[in-house]
Order: sequence, then C-alpha cells, then structure tokens
Amino acid sequence: MKTMFEATPINHKNLGRQKLFRFLLGSMTALLIFPVILIMGTLIYKGAPVISFDFLFSNPTNGMTEGGIFPALLGTILLVLVALLASVPLGVAAAIYLSEYAPDNWFTRIINLAIINLAGVPSIVHALFGLGAFVIFFRFGTSILAASLTLAIMTLPVVIVATRESLQAVPMAFREACWNMGATRWQTIRRIVLPNAITGILTGVILEVSRTSGETAPIMFTGAVFFLPFLPQGVFDQTMALSLHLFVVSTQVPEMPEAVPYGVALVLIALVLMMNSLSIALRMYLRGKKKW
Amino acid sequence: MKKQTLAATKVSDFDRLNRDWYIDKTVQALVFIGGISAIIFIIGIFVFITKEGFGFLVGDFSFKEFFFSPNWRPTSENRATYGILALVAGTASVTGLAMLVAIPFSLGTAIFIAEFATGKTREFLKITVELLAAIPSVVWGFIGLAIMNPLIIDIFDVPVGLNVLNAGIILGLMAAPIMTSIAEDALKAVPDRYREAAEAMGATRWQVIYKVVLPAAKNGLLGAVLLGVGRGFGETMAVLMATGHAINIPTSVFDSVRALTATIAAELGETAVGSPHYQALFTIGNSLFIITFIINLIADLVVRGVRKG
Repeated sequence: MKTMFEATPINHKNLGRQKLFRFLLGSMTALLIFPVILIMGTLIYKGAPVISFDFLFSNPTNGMTEGGIFPALLGTILLVLVALLASVPLGVAAAIYLSEYAPDNWFTRIINLAIINLAGVPSIVHALFGLGAFVIFFRFGTSILAASLTLAIMTLPVVIVATRESLQAVPMAFREACWNMGATRWQTIRRIVLPNAITGILTGVILEVSRTSGETAPIMFTGAVFFLPFLPQGVFDQTMALSLHLFVVSTQVPEMPEAVPYGVALVLIALVLMMNSLSIALRMYLRGKKKW
Repeated sequence: MKKQTLAATKVSDFDRLNRDWYIDKTVQALVFIGGISAIIFIIGIFVFITKEGFGFLVGDFSFKEFFFSPNWRPTSENRATYGILALVAGTASVTGLAMLVAIPFSLGTAIFIAEFATGKTREFLKITVELLAAIPSVVWGFIGLAIMNPLIIDIFDVPVGLNVLNAGIILGLMAAPIMTSIAEDALKAVPDRYREAAEAMGATRWQVIYKVVLPAAKNGLLGAVLLGVGRGFGETMAVLMATGHAINIPTSVFDSVRALTATIAAELGETAVGSPHYQALFTIGNSLFIITFIINLIADLVVRGVRKG
C-alpha cells in the first residue's frame, strides 16, 4: 500500500539528476585542481635536487649555468620592500577614506571604479607607464626605485581592498560608542577602528608581498636586468630579480642545464605560496578569535 | 547661571576651537589624497602612455594599416609597417581557447564549492583555489615551456608544442581560479531565504541551483567571466613564453602565434627611446589599456545591476 510520503517516479528522476550533476560538477572541480597539483609535483620533483644552501646564497657563475641565485633573491626582496614602503601608507589611507569618510555618491563610485581598473590594467601596460613616468619623466633611470614604484601602483588595489574590508568588519557600534564619548573621527579611527582591524590589514599586506614578488613584466624595463656582476648599492641601482631570472634562464641562455630553471621556479613558487599560506592562516586565526 | 553661558556658546565654537578638530581635518585631507590616488594613477597611466606614443599617432600611424594589416615589421629597412591584425588574432585565439577551458570549469567548480561541498572539503577546495590563483604568470610560462611543450609534441605528434593550444590551456588554468572565486562570491551573494523557499516547495538541490540560484546570480557570474576575459587578454609573460612567438594568423590550434602583450614585452627592450617602433609599442599599450578599461567598466556595470535589483 502506498503511503503519502513515498517517493514518486518524478522524485526518483529528480534525485537521480541531482546526483548526476553533483558528480559532474565534482569531477570538473577535480579536473581543474589535479593537473595543477601534478604540475606542482613535477616542479618539486625536478627542482628540489638543485636547491641547496649554495644555490640560494651564492652568485651565478659561468653564464648563469652554474652557481646560485642570491643576487636575484636579494633583488626581489629589495623590490618588494621599497614597493611596500610606497603602497602600504597610500593604500591604507585610501581604505580609511573609503571606509570611514567617503559619502555614498557618484565620486566614491568613480574611485571604486578606478581601483577595479587599476587591478585590471595589463601588467605590461603598467610597465609602459613605469617606463614613461618614473624612468624617463621623473629621471629615476632604470632603477630599483622606478621598478618598485611601478609594482606599488600595480598592487595598490590589493592593499586597498583588503584594508577596506577589515575596516568595514569593525562593527558600527564600536565607532558610535566612541563618538558619543566626544572623540573626533580621527581619534575613533586611531584608537578603536585601526587596532581592531590591524590583523586584517596585515593579511592584505602579506598578500601584496606575494603578488609583488611574482610579477615580471612591470619590472622588465623599469629596473630589473638579466645579469649584474655586483649587488645593488642603493635604490637608484639596477637589480636582478627572481621572476625575471626564471624568464632569463628558461628562454635566453643557451645550453642551460635542465634542472636550473626548475630550481628557480621552485624557489619563486615556494616564496609566493608561503606568503599566501601565511595570509590565509592569519585570516583563519582572526576568524576564530573574533569576539563580535 | 552656568546654563546660560553654555547656551551662549555656539555649537560651532565647540567644534572648531579645538586642536583635535584641526588634526581631524588634516587627517581627512590626507586620507582623501589616498582615496583619489587610484583615479590619479589611472589618468596618469593614460596620459603617460599616450604621451610616449604620441609621435607615432601623428606620424607613421595609419588607422587602416594599424588595425587591418597583418604585417608587423617595425624593423624593416625598406619600409617599416605597423599592422597589428596578426597580433590581435594571436591574442584573440589564445584568449578564446583559454575561456573555452576556463569558463565551464571555473563555473562548475564555483557551483560545486558554493552549493554542494560542505565542511572540511569546502574549506580545502577554497584554499586550494586561492593558492592556485597566486601562482605567478612567469611560472605558468615556464610550465608551458618545460612541461606542456614536450607533452603536446608527444601526444599530437606535431613538430612544435609552443602554440595556441599550449598557451590557451596555460592561460585557462591561470584564469580559472580567479574566475572561480569571483563566481563563488556571486553565488554566495544570493540570499539563503531563496534557497530555503525553493527547498520548502520540495525542490532538490540541483533544482534549487538550476531554477533559483543561477538565475539570481546571473549578473555576478557574467561579471566573473568578463573579468576572466580581461585577465587573459592582458596576460603577458605566460603568453610570451608559451605561444611560440611567431607572427601568424592561426588556422589551427597547433599554429604558433604572437600576442599583443608579448610583442611589447619582447621588443621594447631593443628599441631606442622615441623611435617610431618604440612609439608604436606604446600605441599598442594604449589600445590594451582602453580595451581592458571598457571590459572592466562593463563588468562593473553588470555586477552593479544585480545589486540594485
């Protein structure tokens, strides 16, 4: 005898279809992720034998086919540091304005549109801008300063967006309580909003470090060079960089031993993914700790 | 008595005669500069690129040759020609193939993560997608060169593995994670009460997704696709290394091509500042800037349309 709630053929059909699509979408996810994991496995398998203390901390020799990558590693660190000095204050200021001061009007919308566009401009166009503006117009020459400023402008949206999000995550009631005590807007921001948002801002900064250290095109014509016999002495010197070094050793040097580019790629990817993982871990820690 | 003096003091005096008030205003002005910096940079990029390419625009530039001639021979001694048609074809073919790979996979993955996956699986997938999105483009280029190239030669028995297929797959794998996370955000923005209402009517999970969630998230998903197209279009290093870099209007996916972005990256270093070739490269950059600007603008309008509705 049939009960009221027994599954009808239509129910069976629909449930079957649900299972089918669940399976299909799941396999698509797997198909997207597994090849990349396989590729990463290959990179590690072929690159790991090259990595050693010497590889990381000695100069390249014999037309870059031997020796290490120290100048490139140091160059990337310098480029990132100078870029951070420029973009973090500017980006945090922009985020404070957008989150705490900006009225909801057409002008703010244009600012947001500009931020989205700045993130969407092709990296090679940023390179052209860096060349035209910093290298030629401001006469910085091809230097760490010019390259870092180009990188800073390119990654500015990363800092702005992350900082704005963490500022907006601070509950409005915190601000209102502070205003009611007679504090000005800036006092409220400095004593209440920023301390509560600082970890979130840090997450964004780390993410920017990751983005900045992997970029190649923007620094190609603004400050990074294929090979330098000496280390940079100041911000007006040129430098080698890890990302450009990978391009050079994999395309420009004849008779390069196969393992060297794999090693460089592995170091670069390890650097970038470590920064990203740190940022993700920080975000999760923050989520667990949140009191409101 | 005291009350009277208090009333006699204007409210504005309370506000203004205060050091903190001035500090507040100063800070407001400072952060405002930060706020408008993005606008300044966008305008600055356009101004400087146009300025550097201006001599070409008023000189050797011919609209017909630039956009409709497949001959990019800027270093020819007899007569240099600056036609970007073949380069546009290169960019379009690679981006097109990449989207063919990336759109179904990223939307599928986004739906799976947002609607089907739960708990630990979901967290794991989200983190993996985020990490994949972080892999630098030069590493992708290297993967195309060192891993995909021999693979394509082996599998399809073709002489060269650096071609539209290689760059398309690489670019697709590159764009997919970014599109996935934007699409997932769009799906998550659909209010849960829509799902609950549909489930209460007896709909299965898939029916909820197909009939309720997807139509509601339509604009956000379209925005994700557009941003992915913009990404693929502007990608430089991966395309430079994986396309084979040969000027060619492709007739099959096994043809080598050359992209607009890659041309700038490969040639700018060898040109003299201010030469017609140098200026022509800036003009290509300007076209790239304008096209990505339009794509981003449309994406923004599309996404915003759904928020108002």
